[in-house]
Formats: sequence, structure tokens, C-alpha cells
Amino acid sequence: MSTAPQAAAKATLPPPPALVGIDTVLKQIVLLVAVFIALVPTIFMIMTALKSDDEYTFNKVGFPHALVFDHFDVVLFESPFFAWMLNSAILAGGAVVLSSAVSCLGAYAIARMQFKGRHFLFSASVALMAIPPVVMIVPLFVLYSRIGLISTYEGAILIYAGLITPFSVYLLTTFFRTLPKELFEAARMDGAGDFLILWRIVLPLSLPALLTLVVVNALYVWNDLLIAIIFLQDDAKRTLMAGISVFQGRYENQIPLVMAGMVIASAPMIILYIAFQKYFIRGLMAGAIK
Amino acid sequence: MDQTSRLKPYLYVAPLVALLLFVFGYPLVQIFEYSFKQIRGIDGPWIGFRNYELIFGQDLFWEAVRHNLMLLIAIPIMIAWSLLVAILLYDRLKGWKVYRIVIFVPYILAVPIIAAIMKKMFQFNGPVNEALRWLGADFLALDWIGSSDYALWTVMLLIIWREAALGIVLFLARLLNLDESLTEAAKLDGANWWQRVWYVILPQMRVVIEFYAVISVITMLSSVFAYVYIMGGGRGGPGTSTMVVELYIFGAIVRQSLPGIASAVSVLLFLVSLLLIVPLFAMRRRANEEETA
Repeated sequence: MSTAPQAAAKATLPPPPALVGIDTVLKQIVLLVAVFIALVPTIFMIMTALKSDDEYTFNKVGFPHALVFDHFDVVLFESPFFAWMLNSAILAGGAVVLSSAVSCLGAYAIARMQFKGRHFLFSASVALMAIPPVVMIVPLFVLYSRIGLISTYEGAILIYAGLITPFSVYLLTTFFRTLPKELFEAARMDGAGDFLILWRIVLPLSLPALLTLVVVNALYVWNDLLIAIIFLQDDAKRTLMAGISVFQGRYENQIPLVMAGMVIASAPMIILYIAFQKYFIRGLMAGAIK
Repeated sequence: MDQTSRLKPYLYVAPLVALLLFVFGYPLVQIFEYSFKQIRGIDGPWIGFRNYELIFGQDLFWEAVRHNLMLLIAIPIMIAWSLLVAILLYDRLKGWKVYRIVIFVPYILAVPIIAAIMKKMFQFNGPVNEALRWLGADFLALDWIGSSDYALWTVMLLIIWREAALGIVLFLARLLNLDESLTEAAKLDGANWWQRVWYVILPQMRVVIEFYAVISVITMLSSVFAYVYIMGGGRGGPGTSTMVVELYIFGAIVRQSLPGIASAVSVLLFLVSLLLIVPLFAMRRRANEEETA
């Protein structure tokens, strides 16, 4: 129905000017350079992973002449990549669940309840976001060595959960505060208690904020190297990032093999990014603003 | 109010407080105590300021500090590049939405992965130098990774490459929130592109630029461990050429088992981050005000 008037309007308008200004061309060139720079390492990684070792020695920059998939076989079936990924997933999952649960309860109280010290708790929690994690490792390392928590999932999950919690509290509290008051009053009239309100009303409404939180926090744990190499020294507990640093050192001279490893290691995040890029961009921006 | 409902909020925040006290509270108190002790194993005698005297008298510590400070040079470059790209994207040229997605990719890739890739790309006989030689820029084909003169600069290049992606997206988000009528009015008044950018757009971006600058300072001083660890083959090298404060703490606690020394450096880094919290808070408040205004 609306197409008819639109088509009429189009017919009466003059065709758009065909000439493209020199500055538009210049701008496009700069942007294409930026795109190229952003993509070059990924392109190099993928192209190199598909070359044979021999080909790489004489063809470092160009496209592979013959596609070789052997390196992926080696990475997938002869090295512990899957075990590393599983460890990373366990840590990311555990830390995100623990931190989300603790933060939801805490943020709900800070945003919706009156009690002494709530402003202090919120400000202190926000301030903790700016403290670099490396500052905390020495006492935790000494403590963990003493009580035998080094190289345990529980120990590492606890640290990761703690490190991501200030941001979770900040994000959830600010989000909970934006929910309309009437919602809570109506629910209370119906006789719902705080926990029921939180579980049945607040959390479903907070799904976008929770998703953002999961993306940022899971990515943080998945990508972390510092905590992983200090607190998970046992080979069986090695995370993907710690594994990568060992892997790329061990096969220093088999560059296509290393690149095949990097392709596999980065694949989950790249796939998730393509699928959920809106949440990634929003989440990482919120994460940076912390 | 009865007793239970007065206690209820505290029940809700108890797990949160416990977790924060364990992961932040306990370590932040303990680093001060440890930094005044000579610790072997789990405890040791009080030695006053000896740990601090030791690190202040050590060249390696100052070298680490100097390297962190040198990384600050990257920040103006990151800001300039991010601004340029963000403003060009804001012109909404053909394909800008796709460009935006691609340009953020560096920030999605994990630092260890990207550092491992870059390490191979910048090898002396690697593709970067091959491309430079092919372009006739032999003088630029340096030993990027292997020479202690260039290693830190190569790390810096990698940091700029990754962190600028964040800058671009932050700046672009701010630009897309700008009041368009101002730029339109300037356009009608005959202001050219540069004039619009300089007099209309940039003044409105001041807060977000300052904000990005402060978080970048925090990054450069305290979050570059993964870059130097991988690029420097687990040690930050060649030699001590990419030694940074985080790596210093890491080495002191993990390799040399000197919690006292590591704690003293942690205390100093903590105090520096406290100094940075003040401007960060002020800026976040202003950024929020701008957003809601």
C-alpha cells in the first residue's frame, strides 16, 4: 500500500548525482586501510594454517597454492586443545554462574532495599573495578599454596568470580534501579516476597543486562592468562590461553602448525562474535567503561 | 519493622561481601603486611622498609617502571587513529556498518592468540619484513622481535592495534549519540569537513576522549602482562627489554618465591591505581551525565 506513493515520489525526484567527490574516495581509502589492518593478522593466521611447512618457507605472504589440512589434524587429535578448551569453559562457566548469583542478590539489595552501608558497599565495589588483578595475586598465591588450592578448579573459579563481581554489581545495580517502582509495589500487594520478586520479575526483565554480563565476564575468564598460569600450574588443569603460550613456544619453527592452533583457539570467539555481535560490542564497551 | 526484615538486606549482600573480602579485601591488607616482612614460605620476620629499599635500589625494577611509562606514548597515537576512523565511519559512507563490525575484531581476539600471531608475523624472516622488502623499504625490515632495541616498540604496536579497536567503537557510539542538528547547521553555514570536525564534533567528544585516555593509562600501567609474556617467550625479552611491572611481580612471586618483594611492588602499583581512580570516577560521572542529558 505504501509502495505506490513512494514510487510516485521516486519518479518525480531527479536521479541522485552520479559524481563521487574526491574526499569520499579518500575517506573510503582510509577506512579500507583500517579494515585491512584490523583483519591482516586473522587473514595471515588462516592462510598460513593451510600451507605446508615447505610452502611457508618460500611463500610467507601469498595465498596457499595447495590447501593442507594436516596441521588441523595434529592440533585436534594429537595435542590437548580440547582438554584446554574444556578447562577454560569450566572456569568461565563456574565463575560466571557464581558471580552472577552473588551479584544479583547483592545488586537487588543495593538497588531496592534500605540498609546501613549500602552506598558505601556500592561505591567500594565500583572502586574495586579499577584495581589491577595483579595486585591481588601475591597473598592469594601464598594462601592457596598453604591450603592446597593451587591447581584446583574451585580455587581458580573463586578468584575469577571475585575479579568479575565488581563489574557485575555495577551493571546490575544500575539496571535494577531503572526498573519502575510500581512493578515492585504491585508484586508486593500480591503478597510476593523479595526473593520471588527478584526471581520471577526482576531477572526476566533484566535479561539483556544479564546477557551483556555473561558475554563480558565469560570473555574475561576465557581470555585471561595471568591468573591461569599462576593458579593452575598442573598440566591437567591448563586453560586454553596458558596452553597456547606453551604450544606456540614448543613448535616455534612450525609456523603453519602454530597458526592452525590459533585458528582453533580463536574459532569459538569469532563464531560467537559473528552470531551475537550486538551483545559483544555493547558488552565490551560496558566492560571498558568499568 | 520486625527483626527478620531488618536483617534481610544483610542476608542478600552477605555472599557479595564475603566474596569481595576474600578476593580483594584480604589481599589488599595482606600486601601491606607482607611488604614489610622477609617472607620465606608463608611468613617471616618484620624488616621495616628493607623490601622497598631493595627494589628502589634495583635497576631491573626501574627498567620495568620505565617500560610501562614508555607504553604511555602509545595513547596519543591510539586516540588520533581511533578518532580518525570513528569520524570517517560517522560519515556513514557505503559499507560503514560492515566496516564497524570488522574493525572491532582485534578486540575480540584474545591477547595471547594475537600476540602469538604477531610474533610470527614480525619475525626477522617473517611476512612483514618480506612485504617491506618487496615494497623496497628494506631499511624498515628490522629485527622486530629479536632485537632488544625494538622489542618494546613492537609490543607497543600490537597494543595500539588492539586497543584502538575499542577506542573506535567507543568514539563511534558517542558520535552516533550527538545532536545532529549542530553538524547540519554548520554544513548549511558552509563549514567544510575539517571545520565541522574541529569546531563542532571534537568539542562534543572531549569527555569520551578523556575517559578513553584514562582507561588506556590504566591498561598501559597494569594490564600488558599477556602481551609481553607471549611476545617475550614467557620472560619478556630479549633480555629485559620488555620487562614491565606486572612481569616483575610475576617473576618475584612465581620464579623467585619472594612474596615480600612482590608485595612491595604490588603496594606501589595499588597506590598508583588509587590515584587513577579519582579521575576515572569523575569522568565516568560526566560521561553518564552527557549520555542522559
